[in-house]
Amino acid sequence: MIIIGERINGMFRDIANAIRERNPGPVQEWARKQEAMGAGYLDLNVGPAVADRVSAMKWLVEVTQEVTKLPLCLDSTDYDAIEAGLEVCKNPAMINSVPAVQEKMDRVFAMAAKYGAEVIGLAMNEAGIPKDAESRVALAMELVANCDAHGIPLDKLYIDPLALPANVGQAHGPEVFETLRQIKLLSDPPPKTTVGLSNISQGTKNRELLNRTFAVMAMACGLDSAICDACDEELVAAIATARILLNMDIYCDSYVDVFKNQNK
Amino acid sequence: MAVEILKEKYRSQVREVVLGATSAEGGTRSHTIKVGGEAALPFLHFEGETPNRPVVAMEVWDIVPEDWPASLKAYFEDVYHDPAAWAKKCVEVYGADLIALRFKSADPDIKDSSAEDCIATLKKVLAAVGVPLIVYGCGKADKDNTIMGPLAEAAEGENLLLGVAEAENYKAVASAAMAYKHSIIAQSPIDINIAKQLNILISEMSTPLLDRIVIDPTIAALGYGLEYSYSIMERARFGALNGDRMLAMPMIGNVGNEVWVKKEASISAEEQPGWGDQAERSMAWEATTAMALLQAGMDILVMRHPRAVELIKEAIDDLMQDNSY
Repeated sequence: MIIIGERINGMFRDIANAIRERNPGPVQEWARKQEAMGAGYLDLNVGPAVADRVSAMKWLVEVTQEVTKLPLCLDSTDYDAIEAGLEVCKNPAMINSVPAVQEKMDRVFAMAAKYGAEVIGLAMNEAGIPKDAESRVALAMELVANCDAHGIPLDKLYIDPLALPANVGQAHGPEVFETLRQIKLLSDPPPKTTVGLSNISQGTKNRELLNRTFAVMAMACGLDSAICDACDEELVAAIATARILLNMDIYCDSYVDVFKNQNK
Repeated sequence: MAVEILKEKYRSQVREVVLGATSAEGGTRSHTIKVGGEAALPFLHFEGETPNRPVVAMEVWDIVPEDWPASLKAYFEDVYHDPAAWAKKCVEVYGADLIALRFKSADPDIKDSSAEDCIATLKKVLAAVGVPLIVYGCGKADKDNTIMGPLAEAAEGENLLLGVAEAENYKAVASAAMAYKHSIIAQSPIDINIAKQLNILISEMSTPLLDRIVIDPTIAALGYGLEYSYSIMERARFGALNGDRMLAMPMIGNVGNEVWVKKEASISAEEQPGWGDQAERSMAWEATTAMALLQAGMDILVMRHPRAVELIKEAIDDLMQDNSY
């Protein structure tokens, strides 16, 4: 499973301050730290409080790629901000995200085709997040069809079945796992999958334990990536271990270190 | 309707390792040899590049190889009392790409040669041939640890390929390689997990050494478990091509050393009439073993019989023909 490091996000105070003051220090420090822990992508989110999201996203992209070659995952509901970021990305990036809403898909997939970007598609629409796996898969199919219509290879589409916090949306858990399994049957090559991992533990007391347990269970159902805390040692160790048990990496005694050092 | 050819796509490739060093690089070799770098499974040129051809090293001992069958010894009778002349003949007459110099005499049960004796031989061989050298000890770790450092120091800058580092005993050889700018053979007992772990242990001593490691996965002769070696090598290579950097090293195999101690190499046709002529059979045994290993991704084949070497070099010429489309 690929880790998309979640830490460069304006929801965190240090990043919000850094964006406001245009101080690259904290952004670059978190970029380096997450890369050193084995992150494969870095999520960039300017946060809710920023006045000019377009220039903020552009700035985040520029300062982040000064210190890392990792691909970036541009995270915003403001597609102008995402497009501004894509324009300055040196490597193909990932767009985070688009729901199965027609006019949004039209804009995002056209943009992805233009910039060679990958796309995170959310299994939700105007009506919100579906309750069961069947409806999630139906929305996933709409995302697949729209992605394909723009000539984008389907393995550049990451579908997020949307996991809800365990304390409020417990019934969604099995539906999410079932959705992950079924997404792999939608096309050949199948789309990839992702989740916002920390969401599963929002407002709970055992956040890390819930996150890593969900991660390994979802990996067994075919989860390819997650937006998560790359600096959670136990989570990274659990992911590395699940990769061994799923025969995705070749075992050796130091397999956790090998996973963490894969970017070096 | 046009047929779409399915081609496997890989994420990564094998590291390239340079053997030897010319005077410009601090050594005295006439040329260097690059191995590895494959971006596809062996010889599938249509799926990815194989930038460097596999190479054949011929074995030279620092004592007369008494236990080699007469049919093999015959090729070296005029030179096997003199490692320098022996090496020269392998290169000039038999077309060896490299020389694998084995310090058998250092074995405490044979001659217990000192590091100084070994250094003298190494220098003579270095002077006699221009090709890069592989250097093996006697195979007994305690003794080899005492000669590898001095040998590495005496040939500082030559970028020898030093053998062997093992999981239980890698520090002496790795330190010698690090200090005196040589490359290193990391040997594991037909076990991919240990092969990977050993590379990690070596890289923890020195990260730059990662680009100077050649994996010896330990091979078996035809009829003695060659299949196990083959599948280990195949798995390692798949790992390398799919991004496992700790297995992305070129591989070396001691073909001659395995084949020529087996009974099929030495028993006469009188003893086993059904087996056919011993001289022809033993040569073919080595060539066939080498051929299978080539298909599994072997980059350096250490061999003994000149005719087997010739056959394998011809096979490499054929296999390196471009088949991309």
